[in-house]
Amino acid sequence: MKIIAILISAILVNNFVLSRFLGICPFLGVSKKVETALGMGLAVTFVMALASVMTWLVQVFILDMLNLGYLQTIAFILVIASLVQFVEMVIKKTSPTLYQALGVYLPLITTNCAVLGVTILNIQESYNLIETLINGVGAALGFTLAIVLFAGVRERLETAPIPKALQGFPIALITASLLSIAFLGFSGLSIFK
Amino acid sequence: MKLWKTFFNGIIVENPALRLVLGMCPLLAVTTSIQAGIGMGAAVIFVLLGSNLFISLIKKIVPGEVRIPIYIVVIATFVTMVQLFVKAFAPVLDKQLGIFIPLIVVNCVILARAEAFASKNKAVPSILDGLGMGLGFTLALVIVSSIREILGAGTFFGISLFGEAYKPLLIMILPPGGFMVLGFTIAAVNKLTEKKKS
Repeated sequence: MKIIAILISAILVNNFVLSRFLGICPFLGVSKKVETALGMGLAVTFVMALASVMTWLVQVFILDMLNLGYLQTIAFILVIASLVQFVEMVIKKTSPTLYQALGVYLPLITTNCAVLGVTILNIQESYNLIETLINGVGAALGFTLAIVLFAGVRERLETAPIPKALQGFPIALITASLLSIAFLGFSGLSIFK
Repeated sequence: MKLWKTFFNGIIVENPALRLVLGMCPLLAVTTSIQAGIGMGAAVIFVLLGSNLFISLIKKIVPGEVRIPIYIVVIATFVTMVQLFVKAFAPVLDKQLGIFIPLIVVNCVILARAEAFASKNKAVPSILDGLGMGLGFTLALVIVSSIREILGAGTFFGISLFGEAYKPLLIMILPPGGFMVLGFTIAAVNKLTEKKKS
């Protein structure tokens, strides 16, 4: 039951982009087309699930055991950066088609604050390994959902007449605001009892 | 003269948040009150100053292929300093900023300045660039957080402005308000700079 609650919460109620403000840079940067948005979403899902598990292991078996809690930020960002590099190499070797689809987005993910954010939140909430994995996957699915929906709206915006000062980022942010209002509706969802 | 230019470049001409649109996450997340906005700004200024200075000093001994991981470790070290300092001396601020203090590591403004400026310039210009960019980022945080706090809570620095009769626009404090205020702020900056050019 708790696992389902974590999943729903990560995807809808506390959507990473629209209510926690994590991962805004790729959300605004890679959302001009639905296809690229979906590619980014899949790459993030893959990395986030792996990073959640890896950083949890690092935290429990290295940092906690050696009392090095204060090195958390440095350790996690190194784990994520090397993980992204490693995933890129593995995909390049094993599946060229997948590499073509995801390759461009992988380097960008290192500086995606949603990835570092979810790993730190996992430790803060003191989740166990399975809950950590579920939270990571849920957060990434929430990210994918938000970015794909947003890209759909932005494709339509391309042809709309927009005042000059609002073109580009401002209108994108205002669109995101409306999307965020829609997601605010999920906050009434109470499955945490 | 040139040093002044470097300094003001970050505040106005190339304001990292409002002109280059970098570092959006903290700009949206911690701007629900002015205090949190200024606290975040101070943390970013410190990290930017430290990392810019340090990277400009070690630029000659850093091999080109691994420079990005090295920069990230330098930045993460300064962020950890801020994190421990805030936790020890400003617990209220620590609660307000929460997860966004460690997330300064992945703030694109800092890595962008390390890569674009500090790795190519001497120590003094790098310090000024860090200070200018940091102040520019703080300026953006203060503008967005003032609008959100005044409209959303009817207060300024926690002091009530309009008396009892004012019903705050709660939406401004909630996530959608963040996106909306930032969108209109950038639009206003675009409009103002556009007029200057013509």
